[in-house]
Amino acid sequence: MSDTAADPRLLRAPPKRGLRLSWADERFRAIIWQVLIVGVVAGVIWWLVGNTRHNLEVRRIATGFGFLTREAGLPIAESLVPYTPASTYARALLVGVLNTLKVAVIGVVLATVLGTLIGIARLSKNWLLSRIAATYIEVIRDLPLLLQLLFWYTLMQTLPGPRQAMHPVEGVFLSNRGLRLPWIQWEDAHSFALLGMVVGIIAAVVYGRSARAKQMQDGQPRKIWPAAVGLIVGLPLVIWAAWGAPFQGDIPALRGFNFQGGMSISPEYFALLAGLVTYTAGFIAEIVRAGIQAVPGGQWEASEALGLQRGRIMRLVVLPQALRVIIPPMTSQYLNLTKNSSLAVAIGYQDIVSIANTTLNQTGQAIEGIAIIMGVYLTISLSISLFMNWYNSRIALVER
Amino acid sequence: MSVTTETAVASAARTDAPPAILLDKVNKWYGAMHVLRDINLSVAEGERVVVCGPSGSGKSTMIRCINRLEQHQEGRIIVDGIELNDDMRNLDAIRREVGMVFQSFNLFPHLTVLENCTLAPIWVRRTPKKEAEEQAMEYLRRVKIPEQALKYPGQLSGGQQQRVAIARALCMKPKIMLFDEPTSALDPEMIKEVLDTMVMLADTGMTMICVTHEMGFAQQVADRVVFMDRGEVVESGTPSQVFNDPKTDRLKMFLSQILRGH
Amino acid sequence: MSDATHHAPAVPADTPSRRPPITVVGPVAWARASLFSSWLSTAVTLALAYLLARWIIGFVDWAFINAIWSVPVNAQGAQTQACRALQGAGACWAVITEKHRFILFGTYPYDEHWRPLVCVFLFIGLYIVSAMRRFWRKELALIWAGVLFLIGFLMWGGALGMPYVPQERWGGLVITLILSTFGIAFAFPLAVLVALGRRSRMPAIKMLCVVYVELIRGVPLISLLFMASVMFPLFLPEGMNIDKLLRAQVAIILFAAAYLAEVVRGGLQALSRGQYEAADALGLSYWQKTLFIILPQALRLVIPPLVNTFIGMFKDTSLVLIIGIFDLLTAGKTAIVEPAWQGFGIEVYVFVGIIYFIFCFAMSRYSQGLERGLNQHRVR
Repeated sequence: MSDTAADPRLLRAPPKRGLRLSWADERFRAIIWQVLIVGVVAGVIWWLVGNTRHNLEVRRIATGFGFLTREAGLPIAESLVPYTPASTYARALLVGVLNTLKVAVIGVVLATVLGTLIGIARLSKNWLLSRIAATYIEVIRDLPLLLQLLFWYTLMQTLPGPRQAMHPVEGVFLSNRGLRLPWIQWEDAHSFALLGMVVGIIAAVVYGRSARAKQMQDGQPRKIWPAAVGLIVGLPLVIWAAWGAPFQGDIPALRGFNFQGGMSISPEYFALLAGLVTYTAGFIAEIVRAGIQAVPGGQWEASEALGLQRGRIMRLVVLPQALRVIIPPMTSQYLNLTKNSSLAVAIGYQDIVSIANTTLNQTGQAIEGIAIIMGVYLTISLSISLFMNWYNSRIALVER
Repeated sequence: MSVTTETAVASAARTDAPPAILLDKVNKWYGAMHVLRDINLSVAEGERVVVCGPSGSGKSTMIRCINRLEQHQEGRIIVDGIELNDDMRNLDAIRREVGMVFQSFNLFPHLTVLENCTLAPIWVRRTPKKEAEEQAMEYLRRVKIPEQALKYPGQLSGGQQQRVAIARALCMKPKIMLFDEPTSALDPEMIKEVLDTMVMLADTGMTMICVTHEMGFAQQVADRVVFMDRGEVVESGTPSQVFNDPKTDRLKMFLSQILRGH
Repeated sequence: MSDATHHAPAVPADTPSRRPPITVVGPVAWARASLFSSWLSTAVTLALAYLLARWIIGFVDWAFINAIWSVPVNAQGAQTQACRALQGAGACWAVITEKHRFILFGTYPYDEHWRPLVCVFLFIGLYIVSAMRRFWRKELALIWAGVLFLIGFLMWGGALGMPYVPQERWGGLVITLILSTFGIAFAFPLAVLVALGRRSRMPAIKMLCVVYVELIRGVPLISLLFMASVMFPLFLPEGMNIDKLLRAQVAIILFAAAYLAEVVRGGLQALSRGQYEAADALGLSYWQKTLFIILPQALRLVIPPLVNTFIGMFKDTSLVLIIGIFDLLTAGKTAIVEPAWQGFGIEVYVFVGIIYFIFCFAMSRYSQGLERGLNQHRVR
């Protein structure tokens, strides 16, 4: 009789096991250990909580998050949403979170770009370029970030005042009150155009997918980029034109002691961003270099032997392998940059740590304040970690 | 269904001495996969058993259950009169009496050959260090590499490393030796030296269970050959019975595949 | 005119071997390959060389040629008019000349400065000894314990004719070294336990360790330092006071242990399963197996990442500036608070930066060399 019937090893299910209450039983011993250790930890936590309750009572410190609805009375220099010192603490903390995200998101993008460029420069055949990149990486990584931030901030403070501001290009002013750039007056048309760009990007991706699917079916490659450019650039332009094509410049001009108009970047933000970006770029450069070097030379050779061209080799063979090595440590650096932005409190940029710190000083509620800080960062870290794990399992190489 | 010359329990009842190893209706699952199905096996003291079969047949799993590197879920395993269950005292006693040699040697790379051999006797059998070292040198002489005593495993060839692994297991003075494909990771020219060592060991009357593909060794040394396939014992008997007179189709197919390779 | 039946001239039997032309080997060849291999490369080389030259000349001008190295100090304090007159064209290294003792030793009594100095050298000696492979044995732990005890004794004093110096007056480089070295000394055993616990099959222990590691790694060090400075006093019973340095030290230990635990766990995972099984088969108990077989091998596997983590910790101690503890960076920042020295932050930060750089660069080079050495060993 042939054995192509069901595998006989799948026919019966395993039995359940009982537990013997004896020290010699391995599982019993494990349970006792766990009960002991959890008990000790719980006991210590109970003692700490007891002390804390007592101390809070004695010092007449309030507990709970009721303070969030009270008026903050806290001046905040820059905010992405409307805020006045009459707003609540909850709103102040929200401004803090947004300020942190403002530095983290832009920092991550700039650090990635700079870091990738430096990493590639490090691998260049030009000796001078590669040595300069290596020196940059080594120096940045051997100095504390706080020192670098203080350095950038001091640099900003030694810039001349607004009246003698540096003026490299028309409309751009650099002084010790920050950087001023020309901007446009933002109208509804611009908002819609921005929305149109987002829609255009999604549409371009969808179009790219369907073009690739069609290529798989009939073997004919299709040019994606004309349609993509049309969607990503053309669509917003069309929308903007349809709403009247407004374009009113907002040029900064010196009025009295400072500039008015245009887009302003505070010296604190600039110093924080510059310090974080240059620091993290040093680490990203090493990651990119390791990733590119991790792809064996044989991959290039085999691809060339098959007749593939350089662009395709990069896209289909080298980059996918390099990215697998690059992405986990890269994500960890993004997390580091976000956590490092907490150093803003040392140079006066009001991120969540700075505002929560002031809050807890004003209300005396240290535990709630620190809990808020930790909660915000934990949320960001765990989301990024979850995303990373999901992405990693998706692209993991299948092995035995 | 298993075709044996006689059932395991009947065979144990026939002789007066209790079996060194008794597997009675042993079953094991990996998740939902039933990898050992109603294994009955009895190994008498001093008996040399070779277990063979295609990969995935459960032969390695079976001998790893004997010293609890894997856990069985149903049935009984009795080693040297001690039952193998959740009782850790039993497990400690059994591991002292059962030595194991692995396919990938698993020598401790940060210790010298001599230290590899004396570590367990000192810490488990509480042997004084001097005595343990003398004993270790004695066994290293028996496996014919006493001059390597102070070298590190990384400096030895594969065949030498496996012989050290055998000496290390012997230093615990076990009553039973388990071999899990001891020559499968060796280059062909080194297989002979390890097999010779195992033959020498068999000649001393050691109870051995050996999972191997080396049919020549089986013919020379084994008292009994057990053929496993898909988690169960299919046939067992003397080497000449199993190799020259296979009764089941599955064993016939296995033999034809093995012999084709020679 | 060349002849159609031109023959190649006969080559003499032993042509003396000639040196290859200078366009193939030697400095000229190297320059051609590395600096001028293509038009783009040549352009880049020239541009970089020009920028580099300008920057170096500017830096030398600022740091050496136009710099002022000392200023007169009279009864009213330092007279820094000469420095201010420079208006940034030259460095005012006078701030270092005047303030270097303060930056290095904080407010430690002037006459006793030899004590923290000796401690600094003890720390450096400890690092060097730990770096040498000869000493990678169990006795190293004893050496660490002994040296750290000696350092504590020297800093506090109170015996052998050395006056007692309370902790509030310690400051500068010594604090940085104390925070990072004591930090790693205590964090390391804790990290090993947490890493083992994370690989345990007992679910409660595993979960405790996972929660600890993920919690600490998800929050910035600053929040832990705030916790130490503001919340720890609330956790303790009334009347029990722990001074700020110790609290910050505990926070740094907890922080470092979480990161080190991940490094150790990587080593435990990298070790092949066969080692665990062989130890089990020989009958070794869990702790015998872990102490004699698993840890010696796993820890050796992860020494380079361990050193890198230490470098990170060394730099991270600078964050205690934010909770008001006087480490090297804080001392530097405080040195320019005085009106006379205000505005010379760049010079101070360069000085402090050089000190950090020396330590971190040495450790980084060591770690890279180690990695190369260990990999060579393994590739057989």
